[in-house]
Amino acid sequence: MKIKIQRDTIVEYTVEHKERTLLEILTELKTMQDPSLTFSSGCRSSVCGSCAVVVNGKEVLACAYHAKNGDVIEPLKNSEVIRDLVVNMDRAYEFNAKSKAWQSTFSEDMSLSQADEKINETQSDCILCGACYSACPVYAVNKEFLGPFSLTRVWRYISDKREENPKEKIDTIQTNGVWDCTLCNECTLVCPQDISSKADIEKLRAKSSMAGYMDPNFSSIGGGFDGSPTF
Amino acid sequence: MKKNVIVIGAGGAGLVAAINAHENGANVLIITKDYSTRSQTCMAQGGINAALSNAGEDSIEAHIQNTLKSAHGLANEDAVRFMCQEAPNAIKWLDSIGVPFSRTSESKIAQRTLGGASAPRACYAQDYTGLKILHTLYDKCLSLNIEILNERYLLECITDKNDNEESYVCGVSVLNKRSGEIEVYESPSVIIATGGYSRIYHTHSTNAVGSSGDGIVAALRAGARVSDMEFVQFHPTAMKNSAILISESARGAGGYLLNSKGHRFTNELAPRDEVARAIDDEILKGEEIFLDIRHLGEEFINRELPQERKLAKLYEDIDPVSELIPIKPVAHYTMGGIEVDENSKTVIDGLYAVGECANHKVHGANRLGGNSLLELIVFGKQVGENATKYAFKQNNDISRGVDISAKSSDEFIIKIKEYTNEIDFYQKQKFIGDLFYLHVAIKRDKGILEYVLQDVEKLLEELPKMGVSDKSKIYNTNLIEFLEFKNMLELSRLVLLGAISRDESRGAHFRVDIPKENNEEFKAHSIIDRDGSVSYEN
Repeated sequence: MKIKIQRDTIVEYTVEHKERTLLEILTELKTMQDPSLTFSSGCRSSVCGSCAVVVNGKEVLACAYHAKNGDVIEPLKNSEVIRDLVVNMDRAYEFNAKSKAWQSTFSEDMSLSQADEKINETQSDCILCGACYSACPVYAVNKEFLGPFSLTRVWRYISDKREENPKEKIDTIQTNGVWDCTLCNECTLVCPQDISSKADIEKLRAKSSMAGYMDPNFSSIGGGFDGSPTF
Repeated sequence: MKKNVIVIGAGGAGLVAAINAHENGANVLIITKDYSTRSQTCMAQGGINAALSNAGEDSIEAHIQNTLKSAHGLANEDAVRFMCQEAPNAIKWLDSIGVPFSRTSESKIAQRTLGGASAPRACYAQDYTGLKILHTLYDKCLSLNIEILNERYLLECITDKNDNEESYVCGVSVLNKRSGEIEVYESPSVIIATGGYSRIYHTHSTNAVGSSGDGIVAALRAGARVSDMEFVQFHPTAMKNSAILISESARGAGGYLLNSKGHRFTNELAPRDEVARAIDDEILKGEEIFLDIRHLGEEFINRELPQERKLAKLYEDIDPVSELIPIKPVAHYTMGGIEVDENSKTVIDGLYAVGECANHKVHGANRLGGNSLLELIVFGKQVGENATKYAFKQNNDISRGVDISAKSSDEFIIKIKEYTNEIDFYQKQKFIGDLFYLHVAIKRDKGILEYVLQDVEKLLEELPKMGVSDKSKIYNTNLIEFLEFKNMLELSRLVLLGAISRDESRGAHFRVDIPKENNEEFKAHSIIDRDGSVSYEN
């Protein structure tokens, strides 16, 4: 079968047709056909987040995708391509720090129930593969958008009883944050860990409203003099 | 700006070391060949041990005794005691920074039983324990604004000698994968936390492709010693086609091992060396081996083992809720590594090591499941403190000032790029991996080991005929993979030297020609220094 890989130009490779992952094919190409082919890989079991690429326009983990004849492989979008399928994730990961996606204080001996733990079980499965970041259309208009995975990770900590200062995080995600999302759900569709950043962003919006913040788009588009919507 | 402490490696051990160095006042720099969250730690599934008695009666003493027993006389009891006593504090600390552990119905941290443990002792977060610990540690580093340099490959630990001719470390040289440039970072303390070397078994390993033991070889070249290299743990249950791990917690929860006839043939919760050997015996009889967790039920599997189900479906096209999982043992963890003292220090002043790349002598001849994540936290804290103390002492010593350069690393890379590339190293990498899986694995025979050593030594000589075809400066993974292969070839030789020299069977090192322990001669750690000579010490 044939697959095409976006390098400096699009290069077509012929590989034996059999059921296997795209990562296995990339590895075979590199070690047997073309050692200059460049991609990232790690655990090959969907948990390290190294091998996310775009196949036929959709983000997948190469180690979890079964390749088909005619597939077109490209690097992730919204990040600088270093070489072939390798992108520089530094800038994307910086949004975690900008969002303060961490627990802000030490929390000693806080008792968490099974229900408390389940609140963010899925969000804490995030592997930082960057698929959501690549699929997000907001970056086309706002390069400073904190983005899907960072906001999911903020939700993870805000929803945890051990976080003593959730207000600080809510304050942090007002600018280039929760209100810049269009709720298009592209991030959800590509997440290999079944996380919905869109849903997490909606929950963060609700928390923001409770903290007294308003949707800035809403007030500027339709707000009357008294702040009530006019449509 | 000059740093007090440099940490090489950004997995669990490296991050804990960096956090603790930072909290002791050090200006810390972490350097990793990938990105922190891509480290091997994310693949740890089962749990982290601490005698908390949250799910059943347990004691620190029982944890100590289980660990010592599994180590087959090769653990350092003081180190094991320290680790097990500190374990409850380690869990408390992880809980305090936000690790989302699974909970019991009494709102305590949930615990499960792993092999060789007399009680449910492993704290877990579903079967994503390592992933969730690693990411929480990473987030903690971000909160402390600790600097992390990604995608730099370690080349050299740079050393110098003082007036008494004693070596001390003064920094590192690394290859910036993105630019292709060699960079030098200066620091009085360097902590190696680069992980193990299970990938010498190539695809016959549960490990990520980067587990090539780079830090161990760099430390050895700088004059450090390595120990117990022959002890490689084979995990009993990797999936048959992909070698992807199915956690021991599946057996801890009551999973069975079955042969082709559907018969159980061993105690599934014995330590890993015993279970792996029992499986190997069955395989040699022509049996296929399966892990059976069907009786645990879908609800339990989804709640406690969601990753196992996902991986079995994805990589083996098996749903363990209704089907048997075909398995085989593969290389999983390397007990040996850089020889360190009780302060996590090597024989070189300022050079420390921690995590799987180091040998703290807490696992001995066979590691217990749940003790490696624990080791990272306990010794990560200790090494962070010690490296900082040492660095501050050196910073006050104005007589010390060296001019370190990238010259030798530059020459090294230029030379590598001039290698003739007549022999394909990828093919040789597979050859060695297959050879090791066949002959340097669960059962070993001295005569055959000696043949394998000849093969490895021949390849070491032939390295200049290998090399890279890709001469690009920018992100040259062909070059990085060759450097990793070169390191793994050197480590293969060390494993063989240790395995040939140890004329006995102990833990994970089983010699069919001498199937018994010999406590008189070999109840000791094998030490190998730079010139390759093997000695035994206690």
